[in-house]
Amino acid sequence: MPKAAMKRPHDESCSLLEIRKLRIEATSYSPGGDPQNTVIVDDVSLKLEKGRVLGLIGESGAGKSTIGLASMGYGRGGVRITGGEVLLNGRNILARGVQGLRKVRGNKVCYVAQSAAAAFNPALRLMEQVIESALLHRIATRAEAETRAIALFKKLGLPNPETIGRRYPHQVSGGQLQRVMTAMALCSEPDLIVFDEPTTALDVTTQIDVLAAIKDAIRDTGVAALYITHDLSVVAQVSDEIMVLRHGKMVEHGETRQIIEAPRTEYTKALVSVRSIEHQEKRPAACPVLEVRNITAAYGGHVKVLQEVSIEVHPGQTLAVVGESGSGKSTLARAITGLLPPTSGMITFAGRTLTPRLAERSTDDLRELQLIYQMADVAMNPRQTVGTIIGRPLEFYFGMRGRERDHRVAELLDEIEMGKGFVDRYPAELSGGQKQRVCIARALAARPKLIICDEVTSALDPLVADGILKLLLRLQKIEDVAYLFITHDLATVKAIADSIAVMYQGRVVRYGSKTEVLTPPFDAYTDLLLSSVPEMELGWLESAIKGRRMASGGN
Amino acid sequence: MSVSSAPLAKGRRRIPIGAAIGLFFIGLFLFAATFAPLISPHPLGEIVGDVWMPMSGEHWFGTDNLGRDLLSRMIYGARTTILIAAAATALSFTLGSILGFTAAVVGGWFDMTMSRFVDLLMSIPTLIFGLVVLSVLPSNVVTLILVMGTLDSTRVYRLSRAVAADINAMDFVEAAKLRGEDRAWIIFREILPNALSPLVSELGLRFIFAVLFLSALSFLGLGVQPPQADWGGMVKENKDGIVFGISAALIPAGAIAALAISVNLVADWILNRTTSLRGGRGNA
Repeated sequence: MPKAAMKRPHDESCSLLEIRKLRIEATSYSPGGDPQNTVIVDDVSLKLEKGRVLGLIGESGAGKSTIGLASMGYGRGGVRITGGEVLLNGRNILARGVQGLRKVRGNKVCYVAQSAAAAFNPALRLMEQVIESALLHRIATRAEAETRAIALFKKLGLPNPETIGRRYPHQVSGGQLQRVMTAMALCSEPDLIVFDEPTTALDVTTQIDVLAAIKDAIRDTGVAALYITHDLSVVAQVSDEIMVLRHGKMVEHGETRQIIEAPRTEYTKALVSVRSIEHQEKRPAACPVLEVRNITAAYGGHVKVLQEVSIEVHPGQTLAVVGESGSGKSTLARAITGLLPPTSGMITFAGRTLTPRLAERSTDDLRELQLIYQMADVAMNPRQTVGTIIGRPLEFYFGMRGRERDHRVAELLDEIEMGKGFVDRYPAELSGGQKQRVCIARALAARPKLIICDEVTSALDPLVADGILKLLLRLQKIEDVAYLFITHDLATVKAIADSIAVMYQGRVVRYGSKTEVLTPPFDAYTDLLLSSVPEMELGWLESAIKGRRMASGGN
Repeated sequence: MSVSSAPLAKGRRRIPIGAAIGLFFIGLFLFAATFAPLISPHPLGEIVGDVWMPMSGEHWFGTDNLGRDLLSRMIYGARTTILIAAAATALSFTLGSILGFTAAVVGGWFDMTMSRFVDLLMSIPTLIFGLVVLSVLPSNVVTLILVMGTLDSTRVYRLSRAVAADINAMDFVEAAKLRGEDRAWIIFREILPNALSPLVSELGLRFIFAVLFLSALSFLGLGVQPPQADWGGMVKENKDGIVFGISAALIPAGAIAALAISVNLVADWILNRTTSLRGGRGNA
């Protein structure tokens, strides 16, 4: 590290955090080859003033988290910071060695991780963990730290602020845990907080609360923040400036208003206009392909996860089932496929009554009803090639062999916009979007009448997810297949649905065509759900909080 | 992410040094075992000289407690030892893994009955169980293989059931069930390829335990019967010599150790090849 950086005078009207020409590399050991050097972050510079919030946004692999952690001088999983400087209050923290870094971490810079549930120690009470770094750095005595923590709990809108610290992590909800983690970061009164996708793992209705709490806390404490996310509409609510990253390089940097309203680069424009899919709503047909009548299902015979659910899916159309986690959407899919036999109610499919249990269904019933999973990488056998994965339903249902089968596999690969070259690949050799495409091809190979899509896009980056949705809509036109589309993302629903079922606590609370469901007057839950979806608009958060009629879960 | 430098050398399969050493010794032992009558300098039971003669040009490893040529007995011993251990291991793996996978996939009462039965077998120390059974049954090679294989299969069963239970809960197995696949497909095509890694590493270990178990049985007089030679039995025959500074017992003991290490070196290498999620493509 250059000496000049260390000798720099302390003031010089310097920014709180300044990153100069940061370069981060990692060595990957690919099988069968020599170790390769991968550049994760290339020549990124940024400045952050006191009390400002900078949003880092980009797809997975863009290097956002790596930059965020570099501001604490940390490289995750063998990542090396090979060039550039990270100046905190004018001092290069990278040149200060392990001891120097220890003084910075948890003291001057704090970190809020994506999955609070995984980041807390399950064996310690929350209070112990919240005040730990303040005690460690001798910033406060135990009593002072606890008082401050309770004040922060109050500010972040946690229930029972005096006593919540005595609970263990598993005794509070995910949204609350995320707020406790924010309190933990604020407790040692740092100059800078790095938020690494703090709301990504939460439901929309919870996300809005956490977002508002974080925003208030940042404003009241005057702390500076790096806010990392892949969701542009979220970052638009909390940050003053936005930096768009792609493949480890900066694409665009500017004030939030400019990025949202007048993006300069093509890539940012694509990010801003994501989910602008045109879809013509179709009228329900005379007879539905799937009819679910009053089904009730329970796990272990006691806890009812589905109560009296009735829905219809029409041929060649899409029914979207929306709701937060725990609302029973996925259980509905399991009940329809027979994985979880319903305790009462009836399912009619293509004019036939389906037996509740999977084992008793005919091959045709199984073939015409296909399921696509959320996690494409565990939905495919890692030891089978793409050719085998797509080819198996062809062999199994239609008895295709040899060249006939290979020909059809090639056709299907073509339909999902992947070339013949992928036939010999293993799932580990595909990207996330490609994996999901292969799963779609596997479902299509069975020539189904209905495909149940269980959160098929929620694990994907926005632009990739967009591609998958467009593909699904195109395939629906070609193959005339109906979709039962399970999702928690209302933007997706608006993009592709013909009719919508809103689920809440195991019941369908609102059901009808897309226009009917999305037209007021709303019931309280639908209103909450709809108003919680972040919009790419400045000031949306405040108006949404003000306008809602029902408090979300966990408050 | 941009990838720089180092072209990807595909299809290169270099055998690491450890595996090469392992392969060399295994090859040597297998060669000796296969062609024993052709390469051994003396017949198995022939007394060729004095008791416990030192190593010499005529008797490379010296002679044993009865004056038989130790090298010849080692070569014949390789035959019995490796045959019995390999057959017993093969039996235990076939039996244990198929039953274990089936128990995990079928579940319910089948799983319950099998698992408790295995617990029952495992609650009795293997050696004592083996001793009791072998003292009742006629003492020949087939009985020995069956008893050893069955007793060892309980451990393989436990491992394969645990591994398969994990894999059985994964989405791709559920997808296969939704497709309507039968149990044989699920066990052999969906689960088995993904369970190979732990099973192969266990295979190396189990083979060694089989060699040691056979040696222990022979040492106690219930394994291979004289004048047949096996390495464990040879240790027993010559153990008294150690007191007098005679190294004859150490040679079969060393051979057992060499075999154990070699098999594990090779098993590690195979394991390395199969753990790659690219279906064993590269990562040698």
